[in-house]
Amino acid sequence: MDSSAHSDAARPVLEGPDIARVLTRIAHEIVERAKGADDVVLLGIPTRGVFLARRLAAKLEEITGRKIPVGSLDITMYRDDLRMHPPRALARTEIPSDGLDGRLVVLVDDVLFSGRTIRAALDALNDIGRPRAVQLAVLVDRGHRELPIRADYVGKNLPTSLRETVKVQLDEEDGRDAVLLGEKQASPAGER
Amino acid sequence: MMRHLISAADLTRDEAVLILDTAEEMARVADRPIKKLPALRGRTICNLFFEDSTRTRISFEAAEKRLSADVINFAAKGSSVSKGESLKDTAQTLEAMGVDAVVIRHGASGAPYRLANSGWIDAPVINAGDGTHQHPTQALLDAFTMRRRLLGPDAGIGQDLSGKRITVVGDILHSRVARSNVDLLHTLGAQVTLVAPPTLLPVGMDSWPCDVSYDLDSTLPKSDAVMMLRVQRERMNAAFFPTEREYSRRYGLDGDRMAKMPEHAIVMHPGPMVRGMEITAEVADSPRCTVIEQVANGVHTRMAVLYLLLGGNEPAVSHARPVESESK
Repeated sequence: MDSSAHSDAARPVLEGPDIARVLTRIAHEIVERAKGADDVVLLGIPTRGVFLARRLAAKLEEITGRKIPVGSLDITMYRDDLRMHPPRALARTEIPSDGLDGRLVVLVDDVLFSGRTIRAALDALNDIGRPRAVQLAVLVDRGHRELPIRADYVGKNLPTSLRETVKVQLDEEDGRDAVLLGEKQASPAGER
Repeated sequence: MMRHLISAADLTRDEAVLILDTAEEMARVADRPIKKLPALRGRTICNLFFEDSTRTRISFEAAEKRLSADVINFAAKGSSVSKGESLKDTAQTLEAMGVDAVVIRHGASGAPYRLANSGWIDAPVINAGDGTHQHPTQALLDAFTMRRRLLGPDAGIGQDLSGKRITVVGDILHSRVARSNVDLLHTLGAQVTLVAPPTLLPVGMDSWPCDVSYDLDSTLPKSDAVMMLRVQRERMNAAFFPTEREYSRRYGLDGDRMAKMPEHAIVMHPGPMVRGMEITAEVADSPRCTVIEQVANGVHTRMAVLYLLLGGNEPAVSHARPVESESK
């Protein structure tokens, strides 16, 4: 994914146990704000948002004792830079069988940066159903928004410069849990 | 991904698998209340059909519309072509109108290739069947149907068809479907056996990557999928077999023959079927027959091809461009 962050100088800002604690806190916040999380549906944005959504769902199930519907939402074809790159491989969109109409949808992603991914996700949601409300949970908010979008649940606010890269590694995909902050190598700006 | 899709033989194994994987995701859109994706918004695609076709044209049109493209349908009947206009002039007219891609079906083998390489037109060209040459999207939808049925929709992701035994029966001589399938299935690792009377096999088949047999009954027990081809009466300009009844007896698929196939094996047909000729109604209506599924899968597969050819930045940039780059 974020291939530009593979420098040795990348320094971890969150380790495995931190990520677990952060997700537990977000789960409690969701239950608190949604007054019991009765109608919550978690939708992860591929790739790593999906793993985070599944982990959050497991935590929510622990807290509420109920099954929490969890799915994934691929935003590839809704991206505003679709025409600026070669066609990208599609990821899986999996909507829980009860649908999204009238539910509280919590979008889950790893890093919130420009906000363009989330705008695309809102457009994609529009074609799938009409939730009661849409909220956003992210593991890291690194700032530099280019659209009027904010997260409702933030794991860690990470002030960064545009010359830095933030890379999230998750056990399911990368074999370890960590959030790494590195220096950007000479790659074009505005990615992600 | 290449710029045009002219022949199934042009696809590498990885490209073909990527198309099938993309088609799998496209198939899921069909279950949604709003069956529409924005990927090709603002792109104009012309369906240029010089030869009659119902299902291929409708299938392409459905795929284009589901991807939000603007569609122009062009049938040679009732157009300037019937007044004597050449392919070159038609192409240049379309180019001047700002068409972003051309889907072409033509009675002459090689017409799409000519269109793609002539410099008459800049837009990507997708072959929707040319003469007795190629019909690559048909081969892709057939491979997609096989992978779904033999491996499963989810288990098949990222997989090819290695080790699967596919038998294609019937009028190989006139069949662009057979040629495309032999090429693509070979690329995907399957073993293809062609079964036909000797008169309906083309000359120079030694170089094809497949086996040939004249005996259907001995091939059936060793098949994971059996594809029946229509006997193309409109192309039959010589006596290829004595009577239709004899053909049907030796090379038609009926219930007794289907019983010789392995339990899991499927019966395929690119349509249109001639019931009573190459396939009996009993077989055509059995749950093992995937004809209707193939039609539905045709839309998904064509969506995948259109997205991968046109969904990104200007396709004119380069010939072989990596498809899987970073996704975020």
